[in-house]
Amino acid sequence: MELYLYLALFSPLAGSLFAGLFGASPRTKIAGLVPSLLLFVSFVSSTILLVYILSGGAKVHVEMMTWMATGDLYIPFGFVVDQVSVTMMMVVSLVSTVVHFYSIGYMDHDKGFNRFFSYLSAFVFSMMILVMSDNFAGLFIGWEGVGLCSWLLIGFWYHKESATWAANEAFIMNRIADLGMLIGIFLIYWNTGSLQYDQAFAAMNGLDKEVLTWMGIFLFIGAMGKSAQFPLHTWLADAMEGPTPVSALIHAATMVTAGVYLVVRANPLYDLIPHVGLFIASLGAFVALFAASMALVNRDMKRIIAYSTLSQLGYMFVAAGLGAYWVALFHLMAHAFFKALLFLGAGNVMHAMHDELDPFKMGGLRKVMKGTFVMMTLASVALAGIYPFAGFFSKDLILEVGFVEHHYIIYTVLLFTAGLTAFYSFRLVALIFHGEERYKLFGIHPHEAYKFMLVAMSPLLLLAIIAGSFKMTYFEMVTAVLPATEYHVHSAITYWIMTIGTQLFVILAIAFAYKKYANNKVKVPDGTSKMENRLCYKVLSNQYYIPYIYEEYLAKPYKELSTLFWKQIDMKVVDATVDGIAGIIYSSGEKTRVMQSGNLSTMLKWMVAGTIGLLSLAVVFGLAARYSGEIKTILSGLGV
Amino acid sequence: MEIGLNHYLVLSTLLFAIGLIGVMRRKNLLLLFFATEILLNSVNIAFAAISHYYGDLTGQLFVFFVIAIAASEVAVGLGLLIVWHKRHGNIDLDNMSTMRG
Amino acid sequence: MFEAIAFYLFAFLTTVMFFIAVMTTQALHALTALAAGMIFISAFFFILGADFLGAIQIVVYSGAVMALYAFGMMFFDTTRDVKEKNGNKYIVFGLSILSAVLVVVIFSAPMVTDNISALYPMVEGAGNTQELGMVLFTKYLVPFEVAAVMLLVAMIAGIVLAGKKMDLSLTLMNDAEIIEAKIEKNKKVLS
Repeated sequence: MELYLYLALFSPLAGSLFAGLFGASPRTKIAGLVPSLLLFVSFVSSTILLVYILSGGAKVHVEMMTWMATGDLYIPFGFVVDQVSVTMMMVVSLVSTVVHFYSIGYMDHDKGFNRFFSYLSAFVFSMMILVMSDNFAGLFIGWEGVGLCSWLLIGFWYHKESATWAANEAFIMNRIADLGMLIGIFLIYWNTGSLQYDQAFAAMNGLDKEVLTWMGIFLFIGAMGKSAQFPLHTWLADAMEGPTPVSALIHAATMVTAGVYLVVRANPLYDLIPHVGLFIASLGAFVALFAASMALVNRDMKRIIAYSTLSQLGYMFVAAGLGAYWVALFHLMAHAFFKALLFLGAGNVMHAMHDELDPFKMGGLRKVMKGTFVMMTLASVALAGIYPFAGFFSKDLILEVGFVEHHYIIYTVLLFTAGLTAFYSFRLVALIFHGEERYKLFGIHPHEAYKFMLVAMSPLLLLAIIAGSFKMTYFEMVTAVLPATEYHVHSAITYWIMTIGTQLFVILAIAFAYKKYANNKVKVPDGTSKMENRLCYKVLSNQYYIPYIYEEYLAKPYKELSTLFWKQIDMKVVDATVDGIAGIIYSSGEKTRVMQSGNLSTMLKWMVAGTIGLLSLAVVFGLAARYSGEIKTILSGLGV
Repeated sequence: MEIGLNHYLVLSTLLFAIGLIGVMRRKNLLLLFFATEILLNSVNIAFAAISHYYGDLTGQLFVFFVIAIAASEVAVGLGLLIVWHKRHGNIDLDNMSTMRG
Repeated sequence: MFEAIAFYLFAFLTTVMFFIAVMTTQALHALTALAAGMIFISAFFFILGADFLGAIQIVVYSGAVMALYAFGMMFFDTTRDVKEKNGNKYIVFGLSILSAVLVVVIFSAPMVTDNISALYPMVEGAGNTQELGMVLFTKYLVPFEVAAVMLLVAMIAGIVLAGKKMDLSLTLMNDAEIIEAKIEKNKKVLS
């Protein structure tokens, strides 16, 4: 099994290096195909591992080599494949394989084709390290690795100012959060003396509650950054500047779920501190609603999906925070499938519409893009949580968790958000695929994507439909390592009322969305309609003015402060000191240049002067050596 | 009154200082050579005196070698002076400034 | 007692002679004073029991070196007043005196006179020359030979530098060239 573990881990790296070889050469198909095939190898290996674990195999734990061993600190490059990580591996390798094959078509005309695959495979490698590591240090490496690749890929079209800005924003926000995470890891090492998951968690039982709370908080700050939770959420929407496959892979299916994975992985810790868990759940519920509300009015196709991702991450955190780790992981998995599908569909639409992102300028595309239409609709249905699609099983489960745990406020918020989710998803679908063909006004001739791209997406479609049916298998597998709490509403009547009520609510929301946006009366908004001038619309479409606030009250003062420091401290103190030293040397050179007059007589005089200098040194040292005892007493008397 | 080592050393230093004065103020190269001879001789006195007072012959041997070196210095130095004089017609130190940087 | 008188006498004489040699404007005076100073220095060697060195001093300095300098003076025609520089005298004297004082301070420091044992002690009952010879040809044989080679090199260098037409080699030239060179030489003498 170790062989499969290494295959799963290192074939993306091999693919990345292979594509990297072609980094400077013009676009070649092979630079895309080989990494994709290698990823397929990784996927197959992951599948074999999954089958092995499912059939009751013990977890695979390998120690590739020692990384650090100093004193009490011992950190190996250790990898573990247990029920949790194999789930993540499956998700990561499957989605990334699909995205790789899809990208061969999507990036077909891009100059940076080879570079793209190099980055993308490097990302998958980092993500694999993140999920497979058996200690916090390895996790952190993967964590930083995915951050780096995310930065590279968001800023992939680096000639665009907005892309570089978004890349930097994402990276800086993640850095802020990573500092928190690092502190958390330090705290863990400080208090438990180990970074290995099993040892560290075993040692936590005997620790102070307060210390554990801090650990949980700091680790969660790290998770907040990666998973774009409030208030570090702004980067995710801006990250949509990257190519769409990147958004599908990194900013929907895998990387942003790393925070959820961390909380799930650290479940023994969060079990000990339920109050932090409650905070996580509350924040998750808030973000779910918050993001969904922003998605309601947005006019950028990719941003809408990004907000929906944010909202779904909120759901996952609710589950994880309430101790239903397996539910969180299950939703993570299901969400990865349909959200990646949704993004890839959006990519197809973008391609067809020549990178137009405003769904109001589309409409009626279902006639020309049948495949994409079907896929996106089904993905949206899954996202909305209609029976029997994947979203129903995972998302309704989270609602049930909230209800069963008696957190009715969270439950209500989530229920409301589910309605919003359905509404904005189908608003998007309706605007893109139904109604009048508004794109004709803009002279665009849409066309369906390559066949093989659609074929590449089909595994995701399949899983988005049937993933729910794996629920029990999954539950039995994953609860070997996670707390096996089953969430059942006590009375059957309540359960049926809840389920059917939710379904009806969601269906109503969908119907409303269709009614409002699928007709022929939809016009391209021009800022004059009544709705657009309402205060709440403005607040929502400006993302609650949070980016504005960050810009005005954080970035600008920081910039001013930096300018101040630059002008006052760096230029006037640091630079002046360095320049002063250089100036002294220069001027002394100027002055002593007179010495080198070439006149031998002058030189002789200088020679004598030098002799005197040396003689005086001899006298001084002689005296110092002779009276060293006295000098020491005097110095010690002075307190030196 | 007993004459000790320090007497000789002080004398040596005195002569050395005189030699230094000569080295620094002479412009005529030939006379500058005189001053260097004084320097060498002052050191010789110190060597001989130390040799005597410590009962060690090494000092005298050094004097011996110093005299040999002084002799060769004079030979080579005078040769160079002659070449210089042939070329420039004088042996003034201030005219030798080809080493100006 | 006599030793003290002799020391002070010769110390005074040497100092005066060397001072004259350094300060006078007459090259001839300087030369004479230097020669006298050298001879007076040999007196110290005799007082210190280094008879061989005393003899060497007189022979080498007062004989060979002074003869060379006398030749040099005649060659360079320095019998006229030597032009001295009008630099800052205070610097010259100040530096010299300062260095002298420092050296005295160092020498009079107690650490110098502490416990120095003789490496090649004087041999009782043997003459100074014999002792010196024994050490020189055993322990210092190599430096001695090196010094000899150095003197040879200096001699050759002196000849090469001072000699005329040293770029021509009579052994490498054929007869015609030698005759030609001679004619040229004669021409120069005539002109």
